[in-house]
Amino acid sequence: MNVPSIASQTGTTDLVDITSDDNEPKHAGDSQKLRCAGVKKTFKGAGGGPAVEALSGVDLYVRDNELVSLLGTSGCGKSTLLNIIGGLETASEGLVEVDGEQVVGPGPDRGMVFQNYSLFPWKSVRKNISFGLEVAGWGKSDRVERVNDLLGVVGLSEFAEALPRELSGGMRQRVAIARALAPEPDILLLDEPFGALDAHTRRSLQEFLLTLWQRTRVTILMVTHDVDEAIYLSQRLYVMQSHPGRIAEEIEVPFGESRGPMVKRDQRFLDLRDSIEDQLR
Amino acid sequence: MSLETVPEEIADESVGISPSFDEVEPESDEAPESKPNFVQRFIESKKPTKDTPKNFLKAFWPPVLGIVVFLVLWAVLAPRVETSLGELPGPVEVLQAGGDLYDEYQASNEAKAEFVRTAPAGTIYTGPPTFLDQILTSLRTVGFGFLIATLIAVPVGLLSGLSDTFQRAINPLVQIFRPVSPVAWLPIVTYIVSAVVTGDDPFLAKSFINAAMVVTLCSLWPTLLNTAVGAQSVDKDLLNVGEVLRLTPIQKLRQLILPSALPYIFTGMRISLGIGWMVLIAAELLAQNPGLGKFVWDEFQGGSSESIARIMFSVFVIGFIGFILDRLMGVAEKFVRASQGV
Ligand SMILES: Nc1ncnc2c1ncn2[C@@H]1O[C@H](COP(=O)(O)OP(=O)(O)O)[C@@H](O)[C@H]1O
Ligand SMILES: [Mg+2]
Repeated sequence: MNVPSIASQTGTTDLVDITSDDNEPKHAGDSQKLRCAGVKKTFKGAGGGPAVEALSGVDLYVRDNELVSLLGTSGCGKSTLLNIIGGLETASEGLVEVDGEQVVGPGPDRGMVFQNYSLFPWKSVRKNISFGLEVAGWGKSDRVERVNDLLGVVGLSEFAEALPRELSGGMRQRVAIARALAPEPDILLLDEPFGALDAHTRRSLQEFLLTLWQRTRVTILMVTHDVDEAIYLSQRLYVMQSHPGRIAEEIEVPFGESRGPMVKRDQRFLDLRDSIEDQLR
Repeated sequence: MSLETVPEEIADESVGISPSFDEVEPESDEAPESKPNFVQRFIESKKPTKDTPKNFLKAFWPPVLGIVVFLVLWAVLAPRVETSLGELPGPVEVLQAGGDLYDEYQASNEAKAEFVRTAPAGTIYTGPPTFLDQILTSLRTVGFGFLIATLIAVPVGLLSGLSDTFQRAINPLVQIFRPVSPVAWLPIVTYIVSAVVTGDDPFLAKSFINAAMVVTLCSLWPTLLNTAVGAQSVDKDLLNVGEVLRLTPIQKLRQLILPSALPYIFTGMRISLGIGWMVLIAAELLAQNPGLGKFVWDEFQGGSSESIARIMFSVFVIGFIGFILDRLMGVAEKFVRASQGV
């Protein structure tokens, strides 16, 4: 396990602070963190109806420290694939490996974030983040230190004792990300993490995720149906198509790791977006 | 689920439980100035309007009017009904009956004090129970029966919410036993209790157990059904989070299911307590448990000219206590909801 640690920060952390980290950016390693080979999923038809082939033989990989997106229209099997990787569902056929080890069930080495935050409504922000560590048997002082670090990273130190419903959607999703990061996962699996947010918040959280990744270099596989989001954030992306769900194309995004909002005006960005949108249409 | 759901969201109770911070304006990194904890929110939510005299009048004239009309009709119509014990008592007579009951209570208290002062140590005062004693007995009986009902209904409800098989196994039993009247339970309970309970513990008299068990059997169901619904209502993504964290079944129950189901459990308990109190009178009446039910029965049997007024007075007392119990459960329910963020 080679998890980049999050530099300890105390007190308030501005989102902007995250970028001004003096760690040398590590380059994406060649080692594969995650590998799916020939993953198929067939759902039995409801009430004796015809079976649904949600995934037909998906091959993909995510390198160490890479941010990869799964892009596709709704119903093309993105969530199914992510849930299989997370171990919440089992593939009908095929293989999923994390660090060369076959996935057999869910576990904290694959932190998951869902569209609707899914925080414990009765736990404070701090306890939401800390809970997984408690379950995993972390000692009290380690827990406190880790949670404080993460609160700083997601810029919510001041809201440590607030309940989720007192936070805006964007803040809640940041808590959910911090919670998934807490047990130092090998890979972060995000399922349309910004899908429930308004456009403005969405942009600000994209910025947040990019800087978080640039700074921590945690390996991320993100599901989205937003083409701009996928191009802007990822090193690589897989375009999926439906009926049956499959990967249609793998695309290397031609922007470096320390990109900023300016790339959205780059001609290559616009061309890429047009070509992907054509494909999805 | 098919256990016939009863998440009784009593509409007027569920408004204004807590100000919703949901979907606040778009992302801002500024703090919402205050972050009241649930206790504060709970207290605030109890004060929806300002206490100006005008608002006061506005809020209270309809119920006051209702009561006045009722009393007038009662006072006018009662004397026209001629019973074997004289004409039906009106409000004034019933109020007097209440006063008499209170006097009897005072007198009996004095007798008791006198007894304690004069009797040799170790002897127990065995005067007849006063009206207040009977109220307390009734409360104890319902409390005990309701407690047992809750202790059974919550675990069974949780189990049936968690396991579809278990739910399907008990569903027919629940459907069949739920509508059974307390009057039908009592003979069965009486035989079983007589067979099982031996000894003459004055605090666990058979009549007490009989009445309490009937309360249990009748008040079990709403809690059971609501708990089952609550256990099934846990957010699916939250369960997935639990999977990712590899919670043990106990942790899952304790950390996910119970907190999610708690508001439902309380709603069920509130309905259960109401039913328990309602069936208590019938149960006591038949079981001869020395509570309000027996009071009503004895007055009915005694048949003095004051009896009807006394029974009517006890009807008001029963209703009023039922109302208070419901309010207390309502408060507990709101408190739990506020603390659970639901
Ligand atoms: N539990 C299930 N049972 C049956 N069909 C399912 C189930 N989950 C998903 N599907 C079907 O599989 C397909 C892919 O679903 P999903 O992975 O949720 O798509 P996406 O996340 O890309 O919108 C859809 O056609 C959906 O109806
Ligand atoms: Mg989906």
